[in-house]
Amino acid sequence: MMKLNANIPDGPLEQKWENYKKKAKLVNPANRKKLDIIVVGTGLAGSSIAASLGEMGYNIKSFCFQDSARRAHSVAAQGGVNAAKNYKNDGDSVYRMFVDTLKGGDFRAREANVYRMAECSLNLIDQAVAQGVPFGREYGGYLNNRSFGGVQVSRTFYSRGQTGQQLLLGAYQALMRQVEKKSVKLFTRHEMLDLVVIDGKARGIIARNLDTGQLERHAAHAVILATGGYGKIYYLSTLAMGCNGSAIWRAHKKGAFMASPSWIQVHPTSLPQSGDYQSKLTLMSESLRNDGRIWVPKNKDDNREANQIPDGERDYYLERRYPAFGNLAPRDISSRAAKERIDAGYGIGPLKNAVYLDFSKAIKEQGKEKIKEKYGNLFDMYLKITGYNAYEVPMMISPSAHFSMGGLWVDYGLMTTIPGLFALGEANFADHGANRLGANSLLQASVDGYFIAPYTIANYLADEIHTGKIDSEQEAFKIAENEVNTKLNQLTDIDGNKTVDYFHKTLGKILYDYCGLSRNREGLEKAINDIRALRADFYKNVKIPKDMATVNIELEKAGRVADYLEIGELMCYDALTRNESCGAHFREEYQTADGEALRNDAEYQFISAWQWNGSPDSPILHKEELHFEFIKPIVRSYK
Amino acid sequence: MKLTLKIWRQKNQTDTGSLQEYKLDQLNPHMSFLEMLDTLNEQLIIKGDDPVAFDHDCREGICGQCGVMINGMAHGPLPHTTTCQLHMRSFNDGDTIYIEPFRSEIFPIRKDLSIDRSAFDRIIASGGYISTNTGQAPDALAIPIAHEVVEAAFDSAACIGCGACVATCKNGSAALFTSAKISHLVLLPQGKEERAARIKNMVQTMDKEGFGHCTNTEACQVECPQNISVLNIARMNYEFIRAKALEK
Ligand SMILES: Cc1cc2nc3c(=O)[nH]c(=O)nc-3n(C[C@H](O)[C@H](O)[C@H](O)COP(=O)(O)OP(=O)(O)OC[C@H]3O[C@@H](n4cnc5c(N)ncnc54)[C@H](O)[C@@H]3O)c2cc1C
Ligand code: FES
Repeated sequence: MMKLNANIPDGPLEQKWENYKKKAKLVNPANRKKLDIIVVGTGLAGSSIAASLGEMGYNIKSFCFQDSARRAHSVAAQGGVNAAKNYKNDGDSVYRMFVDTLKGGDFRAREANVYRMAECSLNLIDQAVAQGVPFGREYGGYLNNRSFGGVQVSRTFYSRGQTGQQLLLGAYQALMRQVEKKSVKLFTRHEMLDLVVIDGKARGIIARNLDTGQLERHAAHAVILATGGYGKIYYLSTLAMGCNGSAIWRAHKKGAFMASPSWIQVHPTSLPQSGDYQSKLTLMSESLRNDGRIWVPKNKDDNREANQIPDGERDYYLERRYPAFGNLAPRDISSRAAKERIDAGYGIGPLKNAVYLDFSKAIKEQGKEKIKEKYGNLFDMYLKITGYNAYEVPMMISPSAHFSMGGLWVDYGLMTTIPGLFALGEANFADHGANRLGANSLLQASVDGYFIAPYTIANYLADEIHTGKIDSEQEAFKIAENEVNTKLNQLTDIDGNKTVDYFHKTLGKILYDYCGLSRNREGLEKAINDIRALRADFYKNVKIPKDMATVNIELEKAGRVADYLEIGELMCYDALTRNESCGAHFREEYQTADGEALRNDAEYQFISAWQWNGSPDSPILHKEELHFEFIKPIVRSYK
Repeated sequence: MKLTLKIWRQKNQTDTGSLQEYKLDQLNPHMSFLEMLDTLNEQLIIKGDDPVAFDHDCREGICGQCGVMINGMAHGPLPHTTTCQLHMRSFNDGDTIYIEPFRSEIFPIRKDLSIDRSAFDRIIASGGYISTNTGQAPDALAIPIAHEVVEAAFDSAACIGCGACVATCKNGSAALFTSAKISHLVLLPQGKEERAARIKNMVQTMDKEGFGHCTNTEACQVECPQNISVLNIARMNYEFIRAKALEK
């Protein structure tokens, strides 16, 4: 069995990254021009790495499926980005952020990676400000912070409720500056459909031009996947309609291992589902929990309007169960607590599938204007979508699939198990363990791209300077292109009687029911069978318009759903083989008497890394054991 | 609810295109406008017809990818609301709704309602940034920036690049879009260094792409989902004249 080597540098925790950088191989400026790099994805991770490598003088090709790089889903992040600047003088430090993140992830992440992320957070804020990102400031002109779940300091920097948009625009503008300088060539409306591997190394991709249907071959000395998360597998989620797992999945089938795919974060504060027609669940930022209080009625079937229910008859269940963190308990815990109340019959709203998020106390104490300044756009958005004014009545919220902690396995240098293939941002599994803390993933995507990968990719490319141009006429490219073509034709030839969305929604429902907020053996085994049956049905009965030469949105969706139908099965295997509860992975069989997660460090202190073995039904499990040298895993308590 | 839809259908950029009529019933008023189109498409696909192509991604008003003319209005009847955030409760049972792509020669139609807005990217590429390389930044607190200044910069930076301003302008001007970026950057101390070059390049690109001139009808700010103010255009004009004057 292949031994996974995370390639963590030696030395004390605080010096590992310094040591790596000191020893990393470099490529001199004259040689950089000879090296081609493909970057798939233009979110925070993709734009930042493409811009940074472009500035250094490499030849970059950058791909995204949207019509502009600026529309990658990083744009939708609302609440903020963490950094251990300690501008608030409230006891924050790189070390504390490292501890919070590791604990938040339930000790299922690598110490060295997490520490590096916290360390690089300092530079990120500087970088963003230099680019013109308008972070919120105090009247004296200094940067302001707010708090996010799972921590007791204020380390979250924000641009009103549009932090992701502003950070992404900073990275996008840096990218467009390189496009103008011709160091980056941009391919919007292009979808990567396969990875080309030659002699064991990543050497290029097959991409489809979504406007003309043309398949294209692109060759390079290294390929970077920054293709975001696959949480949209649940159909109803906070992700954009086009978010997908296809790029990483196709790389997986070419040899890249998938790590802990079942670790999916379900966000506690999104808008509840209201009907079958619904296509997404809009997120209401976690930052709202700074001032909003979560509750359900103490009495079952209390049909009074929220404002008619007196305080004494409300169950502020997070404050009750987790007094130390209250409404700012971490996401997995808050979501599960909401599900517990909803399942017990205390849910509110027409479908009894929601809980209240109430601002009346904050408005009374701070005034409406202050609340408006902090969250105005979120309240506006709530009004637009639901028709309710949250300054007057509490918001109704419920849990929704949101973020994939799992992703391609990468070593400390962010390289996958395929040499020359790197994965950055949400597409990798790296830093969040079994549960991501709020505002840590904009951070991770950004530092991967700005500060980490530029070193680690150079370290890899230093050995490629004599390789010469990679020729896309090689056999491997032809074979890959043919395979993609065959697969596309296979899909349109089915000509059945069900739409792609039908399959996507059905899969989402299976996963919510059996591989969502809580899981058990029986349910997971059933889900595996159901997914197999659904996949068979898909290949028999899906209906897709045949037109290959113009925009064919159904065909795009079908490719993504075909992959989801395989990823979903792997998620279930992953959840099934982990006989413990940790972070977002809650196995009902493994819980304490009062319903908290029961971790099993003796047997499960590892990252699962799955290898493709020719079919979705027979994945091979590898384990990367986690070693905690600097901090002892403790039972995670927010009580 | 029941609706009659008249939707612009066009196979590709060169096809002439025409309005086609569709009928839908049993719609839920809480559906979003795009979910209504999803419902239509489900029916078209099963019938073996080509579904209507339209742009969208985030469906929460921030990516700027959605946008159609609804009864002649960019993003439809609600002020400051993207197409994806519009809900069917804003219409009446039995309504006939005209749905067309955003109108502008500079935004060619790719198919049906889907358009190509890459001209916006080219405007940004010509100067819509602060020239700083990764790793060059000083500490974020090195330059304090007053609260009001940052908030004003944010108001301009909030633009989502949807193109409603262009679609609604009788001149097809991109002044609101371009000026929002100019203002965002020039308001901040970091952005002042390159102000002259930036404004000249961006305005030149705007003209080269073929966008029309602004004649101050202010229609753009009415439709803008982010409520970007036409005062940005005034600032852009000032910046342009300033840059030209300094040239002499
Ligand atoms: C609603 C919402 C709110 C959030 N709020 C916060 C927050 O407040 N703070 C925080 O830290 N995190 C937040 N997150 C999480 C965070 O936004 C994401 O994890 C992060 O932005 C991911 O960035 P990325 O660069 O990895 O991927 P993305 O920004 O998703 O970019 C993916 C890119 O890959 C491209 N792509 C994908 N597949 C293909 C393919 N096959 N071919 C070509 N291109 C492809 C896409 O076009 C896109 O350009 C939020 C997430 C959501 C959904
Ligand atoms: S779909 Fe993103 S703004 Fe409408």
